[in-house]
Amino acid sequence: MPDLRELYQEVILDHHKKPRNFRKLEDANKKADGFNPLCGDKITLFLKVENGVVRDVGFVGSGCAISTASASMMTECLKGKTEAEIEEIFERFHNLVTGKTPPETDSAALGKLAVFAGVRDYPVRVKCATLCWHTLRAALENVQETVATE
Amino acid sequence: MMVRQNTATEVAKPSAFFFDVEKVRGDFPILAQKVHGKPLVYLDNAATTQKPTSVLNSLMRFYLTECSNIHRGVHQLSEAATQEYEKAREAVRRYVNAGSCAEIIFVRSATEGINLVAQTFGRTRVNAGDEILISAMEHHSNIVPWQMLCQEKGATLRIVPINEAGELIFEAFEKLLGPRTRLVAVAHVSNSLGTVNPVDRIIEAAHKRNIPVLLDGAQAIQHLPVDVSDLDCDFYAFSGHKIYGPTGVGVLYGKSELLEAMPPYQGGGDMIASVTFEKTIYNKLPYKFEAGTPHIAGVIGLGAAIDYVSRLGLEKIAAYEHELLSYATEAIVRMPGIRVIGTAANKASVLSFTLEGVHPHDIGTILDQEGIAIRTGHHCAQPVMEFFGVPATARASLAFYNTRDEIDALIAGIRKVKEVFS
Repeated sequence: MPDLRELYQEVILDHHKKPRNFRKLEDANKKADGFNPLCGDKITLFLKVENGVVRDVGFVGSGCAISTASASMMTECLKGKTEAEIEEIFERFHNLVTGKTPPETDSAALGKLAVFAGVRDYPVRVKCATLCWHTLRAALENVQETVATE
Repeated sequence: MMVRQNTATEVAKPSAFFFDVEKVRGDFPILAQKVHGKPLVYLDNAATTQKPTSVLNSLMRFYLTECSNIHRGVHQLSEAATQEYEKAREAVRRYVNAGSCAEIIFVRSATEGINLVAQTFGRTRVNAGDEILISAMEHHSNIVPWQMLCQEKGATLRIVPINEAGELIFEAFEKLLGPRTRLVAVAHVSNSLGTVNPVDRIIEAAHKRNIPVLLDGAQAIQHLPVDVSDLDCDFYAFSGHKIYGPTGVGVLYGKSELLEAMPPYQGGGDMIASVTFEKTIYNKLPYKFEAGTPHIAGVIGLGAAIDYVSRLGLEKIAAYEHELLSYATEAIVRMPGIRVIGTAANKASVLSFTLEGVHPHDIGTILDQEGIAIRTGHHCAQPVMEFFGVPATARASLAFYNTRDEIDALIAGIRKVKEVFS
């Protein structure tokens, strides 16, 4: 039986209560909306990208602890990253939360984001953790429609 | 091969003042299992109900001894299956007190029943500029079929508002009934709020203006006595799986004079009297609306479910569930941070709530670890969520096999949620 504390780690609860970069970005040049119809999680992500590098990021929306913390922690790791680097992090993060690879494979490379390893024991919650990442990819690709996880 | 049946409840008739819930639970083997090492507390009955052994056995019996197609075979099995199928139709007719079996159409679900009416009655009766009236508390299944019809026809969907308690505002409803209103379609009981609508008054007011009424009974049929003749509703749709029957089968009741005038919904076998390439003559009611091989086992299982519920007695069920809902509501409102969504004076079975600072989805996951199954989300009623300004709610929905101990487990589970998020 998975331990609830593995899912709801202190770091996650902290980011849920006090999400970082929780703001609209006035000078954003990329933006996308994400929606998880299963639980009603909504996110709007703002990016300022210069020469293929993320300079600033912000998000607004409402969601469960997992999706809010995931978005908050994602925004913290984006600044200064190139699109190619971001794509690699997303792939590792996706492997981590879906259990595609053992947690130790990607944990070191993911740093703080490794706290989401517990999500793998809760398959229905994977979409909560990945909504912001799918939205990020849509923003980088300039997708206009709302990204839905279903 | 048969699932063992606890026959004790078959003979034991609980007195009017005593509902023997422990005995009843014995009829539902699934309830005895453990989830994450804890006894299962199943409080997601508005999504689907569990099935008693008598229903499971009826499915087994069909597939083990009668499996065949209905209405055409000359052989023994087909005859037996046809009899069982039509016996179930009679059980449904009696249960809802319809005038005739011709008015009982087997469909896939309440959703399909509503779509049938929209696509046949609706497409022939609704024209550009006409109006269809629904309420603000409808399930998506009683919104989208009408939206699709209105879009096709250039008609308008009008919405009866609800108040802060989650009750339909009757005066507003009366005002919205107009010369262009072609149909009123409302939930008998709301799936997200538990509100029991004043359907008798709704029907009376609509009929005064010669407007037919469809009731979505998906959340009522298992909790309240439903008498379509007494209500005088024109259509009544419900799903089998919400009244302890199998999934994939539902019922549409319609007044025969309306059904006669409606074109068929789907074409195929069984719905025809004769076919040539030049002309097809449709079958009589109810077969005109039952194209193709139906869910025979499902219908037979639904018949067994209705027999089961009838034996327990719907009045006793309603009284027990009402008492349990009061117990649960009183316990939950005492908890700090809890907001009950849906506080209508007349409610059935549903307890929707939010907990300050915790998203319903997190509540659901933590309760699941305690073996407690509830539903979290928008409950296919996004406009209701918008009205109450919440993205989602947690919903505990009760059945007659739930107990006070299970409500206590729910309350303890919510305390655990608060601990995790403290």
